Amino acid sequence: MRGGSGLLRNGAGPAGRGSAVVVAVLAGALVVAVVAGLALGPVRIAPGEVVRILTGGAEPGPLRTIVLDVRLPRVLLGAVIGAGLAVIGTVLQALVRNPLADPFLLGVSSGASAGAVLVIVLGIGGGVAMTVTVPAAAFAGAMASLALVYVLARGRSGAMTGARLVLAGVAVAYILSALTSLLLVTSADANHIQEVLYWTLGGLGSARWHMLALPAATLLIGTLVLVTLARPLDLLLAGEEGATVLGLDTGRFRAAVFVLTSLLTGAAVAYSGAIGFVGLMVPHAARMVVGAGHRRLLPVAALGGALFLVVADLAARTVAAPQDIPVGVLTALTGGPFFLWLLHRGRSAEGAVA
Amino acid sequence: MLHIEDLSYETGGRTLVDAVTLHAAPGETVGLVGPNGSGKTTLLRCVYGTLKPSAGQVRVDGTVLDGAKERARRIATVPQDGQSAFELTVREVVAMGRSPHKKFWEPDSAADRLLVDEALARVGVTDLAERPFPGLSGGERQRALVARALVQQPRLLVLDEPTNHLDIRYQLEILTLVRELGTTNLLALHDLNLAAYFCDRIHVLRTGAVVASGTPAEVLTPDLLAEVYGVRAEVAVHPATGAPTVTYLPGPRTPHATTAPASRPSAEQKTSAM
Repeated sequence: MRGGSGLLRNGAGPAGRGSAVVVAVLAGALVVAVVAGLALGPVRIAPGEVVRILTGGAEPGPLRTIVLDVRLPRVLLGAVIGAGLAVIGTVLQALVRNPLADPFLLGVSSGASAGAVLVIVLGIGGGVAMTVTVPAAAFAGAMASLALVYVLARGRSGAMTGARLVLAGVAVAYILSALTSLLLVTSADANHIQEVLYWTLGGLGSARWHMLALPAATLLIGTLVLVTLARPLDLLLAGEEGATVLGLDTGRFRAAVFVLTSLLTGAAVAYSGAIGFVGLMVPHAARMVVGAGHRRLLPVAALGGALFLVVADLAARTVAAPQDIPVGVLTALTGGPFFLWLLHRGRSAEGAVA
Repeated sequence: MLHIEDLSYETGGRTLVDAVTLHAAPGETVGLVGPNGSGKTTLLRCVYGTLKPSAGQVRVDGTVLDGAKERARRIATVPQDGQSAFELTVREVVAMGRSPHKKFWEPDSAADRLLVDEALARVGVTDLAERPFPGLSGGERQRALVARALVQQPRLLVLDEPTNHLDIRYQLEILTLVRELGTTNLLALHDLNLAAYFCDRIHVLRTGAVVASGTPAEVLTPDLLAEVYGVRAEVAVHPATGAPTVTYLPGPRTPHATTAPASRPSAEQKTSAM
């Protein structure tokens, strides 16, 4: 990895040949990971059979049902959410010019948690209906916190700076977390805590076709839109004044991107809980490979995030099978040490976070 | 070409720029000099648009520029807070200068890349093109940011202390380069001798107001230096350059020194360079 990243960066000409190689490798790896995600599980299916099922060449049967109706929505949701979180993290790190920013920095996940917990504790739509009411409430909570942070971050002057945004986001997150804790502590039913904990840790186990379309489409389109913002995001790296004199209306751009990323985070969190670390770590890993220029960085981050979460989810449901480990636990367990290793080795890591 | 009319900037009850009127003809290089806190930086910020004047207006080519992008197509500058935690390469930083001429989703074309190559060569940082920008020395960064201003293809170049942190050789090179561009230039300069040599006209600011204007020879007189800066100085015409040359004389301060605005709170956040 050390020699590799150096070679890639130095070998990348103005046209970014190095990053084209990285994109191709990641895309190939993603395809392999998706097939593996469909093949492996309590029932093992040969990769050739998986490909036959996917291409419509297989007879209807239990294997076809497992691949198409059980595993495929879960794998696709993982890929889309992984790509989305990684791109959102990349964008937010530029937006607030802080390498520690992640999709949950600005209060969105706390809002989502508060919404979800409210529904769980009040038992709204108990039983099966909860698979709909919990995501809906989570999304509503995310949007409420978005609105609150937006108003606070704009202030009276109307200019949204990175510092204001972070402060408003963190303050709102604290308040909402406190409310969530209060709801849980005062709840009579101990099962709620288990349920809420599981939801907060994040997992893709609830993926079903009928509820996949909306978040998947939202995240896919939103991620593609964010990838087109490479130029203004680069300008933000030049600082508030630098971006302004290069023609960017920083206040308006920041506000618009904040709303877009929060909507996407809300969509992701509502279905899968707050899957941590993807949005913090993948952007840094991608930056170390292709540099900080967003035109190369964003596609690599998207593919890297998708790959990482598909693999992590595969591990989550096979490592301790039949137990389904929350994927958020795995991403933190594997991602944390990897991230520390990245930080530890070499100067480029220092430069990226200094 | 550049018309600054009655421009004032007030903040927190203090007037940092006081009804400044200043014109520059096409191709002219106009210098702003004055002690720290005299309002040079604030005035320049009002011109390149990171501060909004409280009164008055700035016109370039007869129009009041509306919006950051339109302004950035006509006016280029080297801002003071270019530091970033993320490592863009020098080439990427210079290429940002094309942004005002692009839609936000548009990638750079071959023509844009050619402009970037030319600008890198012109300020002598071609060899640094693929290096991370935050790793450069102050002087190298300054030159890279001038290259960025070049690829912006501005009509007006506004530079605040462009020679800060540069070796003498690069001070001369940068200012020579700026003069050769054919742009109209508005420069705030600390060094009066550089101002005398490189500027067609000089405006002297004190406590936000223009107190003297004219050619360097008209403006840079011992009396004015005593009044505005509170120093004794001799001014002679240098035999080789033909420009006025200021020599500061140590010694007892003139009675005027008490009027020097040293006690005035500085409005200019002189962060250490780009």
